[in-house]
This record gives sequence, structure tokens and C-alpha cells, in this order.
Amino acid sequence: MNRVAAVITATMLLIATTGPARAQGASVEDSIAAYREMLADDNPAELWEIKGKAFWAKKRGPKNASLEACNLGLGPGVVKGAFAQLPRFFADSGRVQDLEMRLVSCMIDLQGLSRAEAEKNHFSTDNDASDIEALSAWIASESKGMPIALPQSHPKEKEAYAVGEQLFHYRAGPYDFACSTCHSSSGTRIRLQVLPNLTEPAEAKAIFASWPAYRVSQGTVRTMENRITDCLRQQRMPMADYGSQVITDLTVYMGVQAAGGQMAAPGLKR
Amino acid sequence: MNPIRKLSLVLAVIAVAGCAAPQVGSEASSLDARTAAALASSFTGAPPEWLQRLVQDDVQAQCSTARGRPSGDVAGAIVLSQQAALKYPDSGLMGDWKNGEKIAQSGVGLQFSDKPGTVPGGNCYACHQIAKAEIAHGTIGPSLLGYGKLRGQSEAIQKYTYGKIYNAQAYVPCSLMPRFGHKGILNEQQMKDLTALLLDPASPVNQ
Ligand code: HEC
Ligand code: HEC
Repeated sequence: MNRVAAVITATMLLIATTGPARAQGASVEDSIAAYREMLADDNPAELWEIKGKAFWAKKRGPKNASLEACNLGLGPGVVKGAFAQLPRFFADSGRVQDLEMRLVSCMIDLQGLSRAEAEKNHFSTDNDASDIEALSAWIASESKGMPIALPQSHPKEKEAYAVGEQLFHYRAGPYDFACSTCHSSSGTRIRLQVLPNLTEPAEAKAIFASWPAYRVSQGTVRTMENRITDCLRQQRMPMADYGSQVITDLTVYMGVQAAGGQMAAPGLKR
Repeated sequence: MNPIRKLSLVLAVIAVAGCAAPQVGSEASSLDARTAAALASSFTGAPPEWLQRLVQDDVQAQCSTARGRPSGDVAGAIVLSQQAALKYPDSGLMGDWKNGEKIAQSGVGLQFSDKPGTVPGGNCYACHQIAKAEIAHGTIGPSLLGYGKLRGQSEAIQKYTYGKIYNAQAYVPCSLMPRFGHKGILNEQQMKDLTALLLDPASPVNQ
């Protein structure tokens, strides 16, 4: 932990001391490399992985069932490698779903929970831990080292990508911001925070590969749904519904841009 | 039309566009309709008065379609329309640079996490280097350090600077910089104070 905080502080200082000079592409790569290096060391997300693995096997709900028969896309109960291919289309729900929405579907179908119960505390707070954050950490870790390969064969998967790309460039609201305002050129920052260029495959790969991630500033594992919700907040958009189509489509857009990257989640972030 | 009627009309248009998607002839307009439908379905928990933010004005729509790089004709039309919409104070363009510095630092306002009624800041440091002492500045926009020293304080420069803050796209179509006056983010006094921050010889920007 201390080491993590130290490396992050050092990275920030490094950026700060570059002063007025525009941060160059290289410094983005440096900080991505620094992140990667940290991933190899102790990541507090391991605790979430352990909890998530236990949670997967735990019986609960009116049907007193575990999630072990949940189909994450590669067949019932197959966890290894599943995350590297999400979001994808599921015939039973008729929708393109990310990991979180798939887990909610399984909690409803297999365990008999209501949607509200399944989605409870989906983003943890200081007072309430999130089962979904723990499950996400563990399931993501089971795809480590595998290539990102979101399927693009079903028409709904293609549509999600196309709409996601539109949404990425959709300027609106009082500030005229789109995702692209902050994430379509390399080497820029907001204050001291380095902004990845998510339209650039090399950067998209490294970033997409690292979520969900343990966030040092928040002391918990956060998912991509949470990251996008927070960026929509900075974009001065309204709060998006959990599992909304906008979030799924943006995730598909970023994931397809990142095709071939090597999964390294859970990552470790500021 | 009262705001609520206008909003419901807008949302009705979005909903109809969404349903009509498969019938729409051209691929591009069908994609736009699907995008509008995705937006219309994704914020059901938000207060109704926030939904207007999802609807683009003409400039936002043109800049999105052009991916921020409008062609000559579109670019020219944006600059003309935004120039025509510029509004200047009745007297004086220079306020108090000390207040300007506070406004430039403040990043609060207009986020769903802000307390309702929070006065929005300019958040200029998010994107610009301004006073030298502040090292935690972003780099999306150019450095403004020494801005007034380089350009002087002529009336033309004052007018350009105030106008730029009021509506960046009156000069650079599809700029990444928010249109602070045009969109009602900052008030007249705040924009005058920021103009002074950039131009006043006593401001730390020009030391
Ligand atoms: C006003 C600026 C702004 C906008 C608009 C914005 N973001 Fe971000 N984004 C940020 C900042 C700041 C960070 C955090 C960087 C950090 O913590 O170092 C970030 C981080 C991210 C990350 C994680 C990057 C990493 O280091 O792992 C992703 C993914 C992302 N944004 C996607 C999006 C998407 C999708 C949208 C549009 C819905 C969007 N952003 C809109 C500013 C923005
Ligand atoms: C989200 C990013 C962003 C924010 C926030 C922002 N700017 Fe900018 N600004 C830019 C960009 C990009 C440019 C260059 C393109 C242009 O001229 O529009 C720019 C250009 C300028 C220029 C013109 C510089 C020149 O040499 O002519 C001025 C003056 C300026 N900004 C002032 C401000 C002030 C004052 C604020 C805060 C109230 C502010 N900006 C907030 C991005 C931003």
C-alpha cells in the first residue's frame, strides 16, 4: 500500500516538474508502464478477489442457489477467459451485457432475487461493501494475460459499437463536452491527471485491460460502470442509470478499440 | 413556449426518432436515431430538468458529426453564428484580477455531485497554465502565462479576451473550450474578473 501510494505520488511529481512544457506522449506511456509495473506487486484488489470467489459459490436468494451455473458467455459456470470477451450479446436476455449486468441477470434468474436486491450497493460506499465489485475483481482476474476479444458478429454487438462510437464524440450539456474532449489526444492532462487517448489503440488496450481497478483514492475496487458514471459527471451530464445502454455501448466501443490488448485487471489506479 | 412543454416536446421527438429508426432511409440518420434512443433510455433516474442537457444545440451537433474538425463551410458558419451571438457588458471589460484568480481555480458547479445552487467556477486551470505559482494545471489548452505582457491591454485585446471567454467558438469553431457566457456558466462580472486576470499588468499572469 505504502509503496503504491509512493509510486503514484512520484509519478504525479514527475508530471508536475515537467512544468509548462506540454506533457509528451512518452510521459503517458511512462505512467502506463508505471501502472503495469505496480500490477505485478501487491494490489489490495486481491482481498476483493478472495471475497468475490467465495461469493460466487455462496447460496442465496429465494432459490437458495449459488452463481456457479451463471453463463458469462462461454457456457454455464465457465469463468476462465469470460471477462476478456465482455460485453457481448446474450440470447436469453436479448441484450448486449457487460459483466455487471450479466451478474445481475444471473442473480435474478438463478437465485430468484429482485432487480433491486441484485443491484443493491452496486457501487460500494464507506458503509456498504459491494458484492458486485468483489465478484468483478475475481472474475476479471480469471482472464489475466488473455487477449481482449469482444465478439462483433451479432448485429446487436455491431450496433453497440457503432452507437458507442457516436456517443464517445457526442458533445452536449452546458460545457459542450464529449468523452472525446478529454480522451482523444495523447499526452494531455486535466490539472495533474494524465488523460488517456482512448481513440488510440495502444492506449485503449492498456486502459481497457486494467479495469476493474483498485482505486487508492477511494480505498475500493471500482468497475468500468463506475468509471464511466464518474466521467459523465465531469462531463456535466445527468447521473446515468446503472447498466444503462449508454454505459454498455461506450464500454463496447472502448473494448473493441482495445482488441488484442492483454487483460491485466484488476488494475491499480490513483 | 414554457420550458416544461418544450422539454416534453424534445423528449417526444427523441422517443419517436428512436422508434422510427429502422424505417429511416440513410444509414447515418438511422445511427443518429439509435444514439438518441440510447440517450433517451439511459437517464431515467435523473431529475427531469436535467434531461435537456442530453439534447444538442446546432453547434454541438455539427461539431460531433465533424468529430471536432468541421469543413470550411461549416466552420465558417459556426464562427459567424457565434460571433453574432456575442454580448459585451455596457461599460468596461476589466474587473478584479484577484477575484479572477479564484474563479479560474474553482472547478465546482453544474455536476450532479454539486449542491444545488452552487455558483459555478471557470475551472480554467483544468486546461491552462495561468499564474506561474500554480503548478497543478492541465494542458488541454495553451499556456496563458504572460498573456497580457505579450499582447498589451488595448481595447481590441480586451474585447477579444472577454469574447473568447464568452464564446470560444466565435473564434475557433468546435474549440474544446466551454462557451462560458453563451451557455450561462459564468456571469458578466466573473468574465470581467477573468479578463483582468489575463490582462492586468498587476496580475501574477503578467509578472
Ligand atoms: C472533463 C473531462 C473528462 C471527460 C469529458 C471524460 N473524462 Fe474520462 N477521465 C477524465 C479524468 C480526469 C480521468 C482520470 C485520470 C486519472 O485519474 O488519472 C478519466 C479517466 C477515464 C478512464 C480510465 C483511465 C485510466 O487511467 O484507467 C476511462 C476508461 C474514461 N475516463 C472514459 C471516459 C468516457 C467513456 C467518457 C465519456 C462518457 C469520458 N471518460 C469523459 C476526464 C474526463
Ligand atoms: C476543457 C478545456 C478548457 C477550459 C476548461 C478552458 N479552456 Fe481556454 N482554451 C482551451 C483550448 C483547447 C484553447 C485553444 C483553442 C481555442 O482557441 O479555442 C483555449 C484557448 C483560450 C484562450 C485563447 C488563447 C489565445 O492565445 O488566443 C483564452 C484567452 C482562454 N482559453 C481562456 C480561458 C479561461 C479564462 C478559461 C476559464 C474561464 C478557460 N480558458 C477554460 C481549452 C479550455
